[in-house]
Amino acid sequence: MLNHILIRLVRAFLTLMLVMTFAFLVLRLSGDPAIILLGPDAPQDAINAFRERWGLNDPLWKQYLAYIAQVLTLDFGVSMRDQVPALELVMSRIPATLAITVPALILKVAIGIPAGVYAALHRQSIADRGVITLSIFGFTVPSFVLGLILVLIFAVTLGWLPSGGQDSWRHAILPIATLSVGGIGIMARFSRSAMIEVLGQPYIRTAMAKGLSWRDVVWKHALPNAAVPIVTLLGFMVGSLIAGAAVVESIFSWPGVGRLIVTSVANRDLAVVQSLLLVIACSMIVANFLVDLAYGLLDPRLRSKRAAH
Amino acid sequence: MSLVSIRDLKVSFDGVQVLHGIDLEIGEGEAVGLVGESGCGKSVTWLAALGLLPLKAAVSGSAKFAGQELVNAPRTTLETVRGGRIAMIFQDPSSSLNPVQRVGKQLIESIRLHRGLKGAAARVEAIRLMDLVGIPSASTRIDLYPHEFSGGQCQRIMIAMALAGEPDLLIADEPTTALDATIQAQILDLLARIREETGMAMVFISHDLGAVSAVCDRAAVMYAGRVVEQNGIRGLFESPRHPYTVGLFQAIPQLDGPRQRLVPIYGTVPDPRHLPTGCSFSPRCTSASDFCTSVQPGLVRQDDGCDLACFNPAAHAVVPAYGHSVKTTEYVR
Repeated sequence: MLNHILIRLVRAFLTLMLVMTFAFLVLRLSGDPAIILLGPDAPQDAINAFRERWGLNDPLWKQYLAYIAQVLTLDFGVSMRDQVPALELVMSRIPATLAITVPALILKVAIGIPAGVYAALHRQSIADRGVITLSIFGFTVPSFVLGLILVLIFAVTLGWLPSGGQDSWRHAILPIATLSVGGIGIMARFSRSAMIEVLGQPYIRTAMAKGLSWRDVVWKHALPNAAVPIVTLLGFMVGSLIAGAAVVESIFSWPGVGRLIVTSVANRDLAVVQSLLLVIACSMIVANFLVDLAYGLLDPRLRSKRAAH
Repeated sequence: MSLVSIRDLKVSFDGVQVLHGIDLEIGEGEAVGLVGESGCGKSVTWLAALGLLPLKAAVSGSAKFAGQELVNAPRTTLETVRGGRIAMIFQDPSSSLNPVQRVGKQLIESIRLHRGLKGAAARVEAIRLMDLVGIPSASTRIDLYPHEFSGGQCQRIMIAMALAGEPDLLIADEPTTALDATIQAQILDLLARIREETGMAMVFISHDLGAVSAVCDRAAVMYAGRVVEQNGIRGLFESPRHPYTVGLFQAIPQLDGPRQRLVPIYGTVPDPRHLPTGCSFSPRCTSASDFCTSVQPGLVRQDDGCDLACFNPAAHAVVPAYGHSVKTTEYVR
């Protein structure tokens, strides 16, 4: 087990190095921050001073090594635009994002899984068809369309809810709704097919042949097995808690991580974008690790396979 | 009175009929074999009787257990019969156990359900049952998961789980098909021993005539959703009458006597959507007449006690034709 954790740590480190390298190269190859930040009409000596200040005149390999050395001492640089430590800037945005993504995740789980399981248990019924139709609607309508429709209905026409900003809990309702609809649909469909797959397994027939009530067959034998694939999807959703709301945050001018991504990329605010990508990569790695732990708890076959390593 | 009495049992899936009126009696403590190729309806008969078929299956006719009707019976009736009165074990033991639950827990679930034992008492009983079916060091292995047992051991655990309800009838649905030959013999031995000790009746579904002869008193041969011949094991083996039964025997290699070419049954089982007119076996039958291809023969009791559905049956064998080659003693002990 210790070995297993060690291997995972090394792998996580390599992943982070790759993300850093990729972010570093793509950002430097895709535009000059001096011109973008100072504007195309800025005097040449101002541009030169800016480049000198941020070390942009050094050869690329030298900049890269300097950046890696800096990160390894846990210094993530300073925002070129706001002159504040980049990591601090990123961290300060996380609570706002979590304030809408966590409730959305809870809705996805609390509505999506029961709906999918119910549909699987009542196949071909009106409820099943309803769940399928709604879930297709849920995950095919893009969030920017859905967000605008919701704004049109609830903010513009009915005037019940604000269309943007972050002043009260009422401001969070439309972003949360927009974020959760697609995920509820995906979760419902996925739970439905996982459940249908499990219900066709021989051990379900065994459980019925034992004389168990249908309720016990479902709760004690079907659901624990269907949980394994559902947790996979849940892992993806947990992984995107921090980075997954860029579009919705932009629509509702919600000051979270997503909007910081959009603005800092547009400004070529190098240190901020790099820190963002590192934080997002870390959140993905943690989510994956949690999924792995959950697998081990849910499926003893995986546990013993891991012990064999 | 017989324990189970099946009358004119019919099953169709999405309008395609797969069982065409099965009549079968199982007496108390009796062991009956159900023989036939894959897809002939052996398993479906019993899954239908216990209400274990998917909802799209339409079941009609009657299957009575101790006088109680099971076909289309309410869920609660079926739940009291399943496991407690009629237990069932299946073909693929490894996937018939819940992979994410300890085997002990699955055993205790049955014990609690049918015997009302709880806690330590249920655990002791589970260990006793595992011992009974021959799982070594049961008291330590009770907390293992199914994947930590071999296929043969999983089948033993399935048998233990079936015994937990102290059933009057055990349906063994091809219990040895997925296992290799030595393990097969062990499981057959176990089933025969348990039947001796408990006196429960057994239905043994198989396409292996040797296995059937090892554990059964009587056997019914099924073809394309019908029983075509039914007789005591001895009568059936010494003098098979239906050409299909004869064909099944001819496809078994003989260990003693001169080396002979095996005689296969040509053709394949007909598609249940396009059954031939008349006798379903007529297209593959060497002694079929024009009459056979136009009229469906019914199952008729013969003078010697054999039930037969054939217009041109094989003659009674003067010398036992196959009785000497598949010995019951080969399998048991």
